[in-house]
Amino acid sequence: MSGPDFDGRRGRWIGAPVRRREDPRLVTGRGRFLDDIHLTGLLHAGFVRATVAHGRVHEVDLTAVREVEGVVAAYSAEDLGLGDIVALLDRPPEEYTPTTMPILARHKVRFAGEPIAIVIAKDPYAVEDGIEAARVTYDVLDAVVSEEAALAADAPLVHEDAPSNVLLDVTSFDTPGVDEAFQESGCVIDLVTRSARQNALPLETRGAIASWDERDEQLLVQTCSQVPHQVRTVLARSMRLPEQSVRVTVPDMGGGFGQKCVVGREEIAVAAAAKRLGRPVKWIEDRRDALTAGFLAREQRYRTRAAFTAEGKLTAIDADIVCDMGAYSCYPFTVGIEPLMAAAEMPSVYQLPAYRVRARAIASTKAPTAPYRGVSRPQYVLVMERIMDLAARRLGLDPVEIRRRNLITEFPYRGVNNVTYDPGSYLESLELAEKTLRAEGWYELRERAAAEGRHLGIGYSCFSERTGYGSEAFAKRKMTVVPGFDISEIRMDLTGSVVVTSGTMNHGQSHETTFAQLVAERLGLDLAKVKLRQGDTERIPYGWGTFASRSATIGGSAVATAATRLGEQLCVIAAHLLGTRVENVELDGDGGVVQLDDPTRRMAFEELADVAYLRSHLLPKETPPTLTATAAFDVPGDGTFSNATHAVVVEADPGTGQVKILRYACVEDCGVVINPKVVEGQARGGIAQGIAGALFEEVSYADNGEPSAASFIDYLVPTATEIPDISVDHLETPCAFTESGAKGAGEGGTIGAPAAVLNAVNDLLWHTGVQLESTPVHPEAVLTALAGAHRHEKASTPV
Amino acid sequence: MSDKHLIVLTVNGIDHELLVEARWTLLDVLRHQVELTGTHVGCEHGVCGACTILVDEEPVRACLVYAVQAEGHAIRTVESLGTPTEPNDLQEAFSARHGLQCGFCTPGFLMLAEGFLTQRPTPSREEIREAVSANLCRCTGYQTIVDAIEDTARRRAGQTDPEPEAVR
Repeated sequence: MSGPDFDGRRGRWIGAPVRRREDPRLVTGRGRFLDDIHLTGLLHAGFVRATVAHGRVHEVDLTAVREVEGVVAAYSAEDLGLGDIVALLDRPPEEYTPTTMPILARHKVRFAGEPIAIVIAKDPYAVEDGIEAARVTYDVLDAVVSEEAALAADAPLVHEDAPSNVLLDVTSFDTPGVDEAFQESGCVIDLVTRSARQNALPLETRGAIASWDERDEQLLVQTCSQVPHQVRTVLARSMRLPEQSVRVTVPDMGGGFGQKCVVGREEIAVAAAAKRLGRPVKWIEDRRDALTAGFLAREQRYRTRAAFTAEGKLTAIDADIVCDMGAYSCYPFTVGIEPLMAAAEMPSVYQLPAYRVRARAIASTKAPTAPYRGVSRPQYVLVMERIMDLAARRLGLDPVEIRRRNLITEFPYRGVNNVTYDPGSYLESLELAEKTLRAEGWYELRERAAAEGRHLGIGYSCFSERTGYGSEAFAKRKMTVVPGFDISEIRMDLTGSVVVTSGTMNHGQSHETTFAQLVAERLGLDLAKVKLRQGDTERIPYGWGTFASRSATIGGSAVATAATRLGEQLCVIAAHLLGTRVENVELDGDGGVVQLDDPTRRMAFEELADVAYLRSHLLPKETPPTLTATAAFDVPGDGTFSNATHAVVVEADPGTGQVKILRYACVEDCGVVINPKVVEGQARGGIAQGIAGALFEEVSYADNGEPSAASFIDYLVPTATEIPDISVDHLETPCAFTESGAKGAGEGGTIGAPAAVLNAVNDLLWHTGVQLESTPVHPEAVLTALAGAHRHEKASTPV
Repeated sequence: MSDKHLIVLTVNGIDHELLVEARWTLLDVLRHQVELTGTHVGCEHGVCGACTILVDEEPVRACLVYAVQAEGHAIRTVESLGTPTEPNDLQEAFSARHGLQCGFCTPGFLMLAEGFLTQRPTPSREEIREAVSANLCRCTGYQTIVDAIEDTARRRAGQTDPEPEAVR
């Protein structure tokens, strides 16, 4: 494709809005997603799933299934005999109760949709016929669908060995001075916030194609996963195979957003069936299963007390956090993922002297949860930002002013939460966002609107997000399986082109482009000569995949370091061939090495590669005949922190209660921007998902545990008419820990949006006396508040 | 369920003789019988639009049509638009505007836009946004998709220098 690509010869690929290298295949339908792969002799699989939320399995009768035309096999847990998935934290029993997730449910089902048997047939239609013929009988037990039900004294136990349905219970911080701060405070904010269960909802559902190669004694599992190496480990353990007998590859992936960064059970059942049948088996999750049985997230309740001085300085927070994690712990993150994230990072961008927090994960008879873009940060940021707005109202301060008085402005800042924040632009982003809204006249418009009986509100949210979680940061959380580092290998061929590997896994973040930019920058090589390989456990030494906005920071740093090392090798060879010292040469930024004291003497990479591979007798004595370099990278200490301010203007329709976003401004700082188009795309897409959480999406359950959102008719994903145009301004506070100075940009949008939108809605509702503290905000709630205010003939009095 | 029908589907100008079950959707037959996998499966209940194709130049959800119903109609899939080395102007605009991330929903949006622009060659931005709301994208937040379609409409109308619309 033609396009105004950046001129790499000037030596600056970083920061250039180069065209995506992924696009030519994706816009022409030539992408290769999982379901596009066909293998000879391929069979199809689907799952018999629990129809009740909670029950003892009395009998699994697959006799009729096996008689259905086109069905090749059907297996229950007993037939496959696989090892269970157990996700562990390195914490004492009083803090953490591990749970066991069988690949197929055996004696008990714990949520409606839990897989009980796998059906394999000649085509997906016959699979459905087979699933319908299955007969499963249960002794039905009471469902556990709410916090109140889970924690009740006589609650039915989801896991018999987890008393009170509490899987994790930690008091992470209880610093001196909390009680005193509340006693001395003239302004205490009491707040209960709730966020509904949400689905990360990648457009491409989960899936796997497994095939057993008898000649090679190797299982090949092609799957949609953000973490292929971790899938390999669980597959090998559950199937009792050495890891060398399992290869996991990932083709193009249609989104993940965290849902695909844990190991699912269906992939393992599919692999076991393929091995047993000696034929390739494909499973593509349908949307109904994806909505009801895919990993979910976000169902949290916070009870928060916050103390302020009369000047609006935050002095203490005392929080109680309960996260409903559903039926099972996910691998490798466990049910600790949401509560531990929330407890550790809740103070966000604010200076906080005293902090007490208790965080619990509870089990329920609902689909299990996994990390979802932002992981708890949308929720605790919402709490912090609501607290700021409520205190501002109470103290008669402007919402921006109270933030200004509390933001961290001196770095590095060591927080009460024992985290060192790396430098950011917390105040600068807030001030720029406010300036933007003021310059555009939104404040005046809000005034005018109130006079005209329209309902406009303005809301802000400020946040930072830890992005480059290195292994030290994850170890602090006491994970037994500790993510954090990444490895990259780079290899140059005879044409002077390179193939570079990364253990990260692209699923829309443009890795093929931004990683190539990093390599092109480091080697002084044209972008067209760089190719990225990801998602293959045999080709990539090891990798921790893509989550927690870690790709550019950690994966990108490994890639850049490997490229630097290859550059050094090229310089050594070039110096030798030019007959000069290595200190007297350097990469010339245009695919070659130049002699410093005589720039007319230069060697192109092609010439060096020619010597390295075809005439290796000319190489320096100690230099091996290969142009390959490997590098590992880990972010030290507490990691990197991106930050942003979101500013939103909303209007509520007094007739329907519907909230429309009139203006959305994002000022973000993810350190050095490798590709502004990619960063803006990440911000906007994230914000759309944050707006979805604020106003639309909700996985609810009937009292018997039946999920009520099994299709897009009930699960409201916002479309182009609900998501506004969004402006994105970049501030750049370079990161000292990463090779490029980048900090990570995947999750920020999702983190900031719910708080900003909710604050804007509450701003327009302030005169009604009603404030909404749960997401999503339903039109009915807005309508009721507005109607109530109208009845009482209260004037609109926005600040 | 083994009753099969011999049908001829005209896809991207080529006739395909196919043996299909009456219950097979056009989507499945296009992907697995005709082996044009550019059209994607998103929800199979007509909401997400990832499977949007053109039937007689009208955007249609391929998941809501049975293959046997499509006989005698002109079907166009994303593969008809352009190739990686020679994309059409709309595909070019999607790339130029960063109108895709994971790319899974993209063929559906492209076919939706192709059909829409044929029917409304000079739409307003609001009309584009309204049309685009037929499909779901989980990555982009839609703005850059609207941008890409707007650019294409302007170019096709002979306005060579599209001005990006201000955010408000």
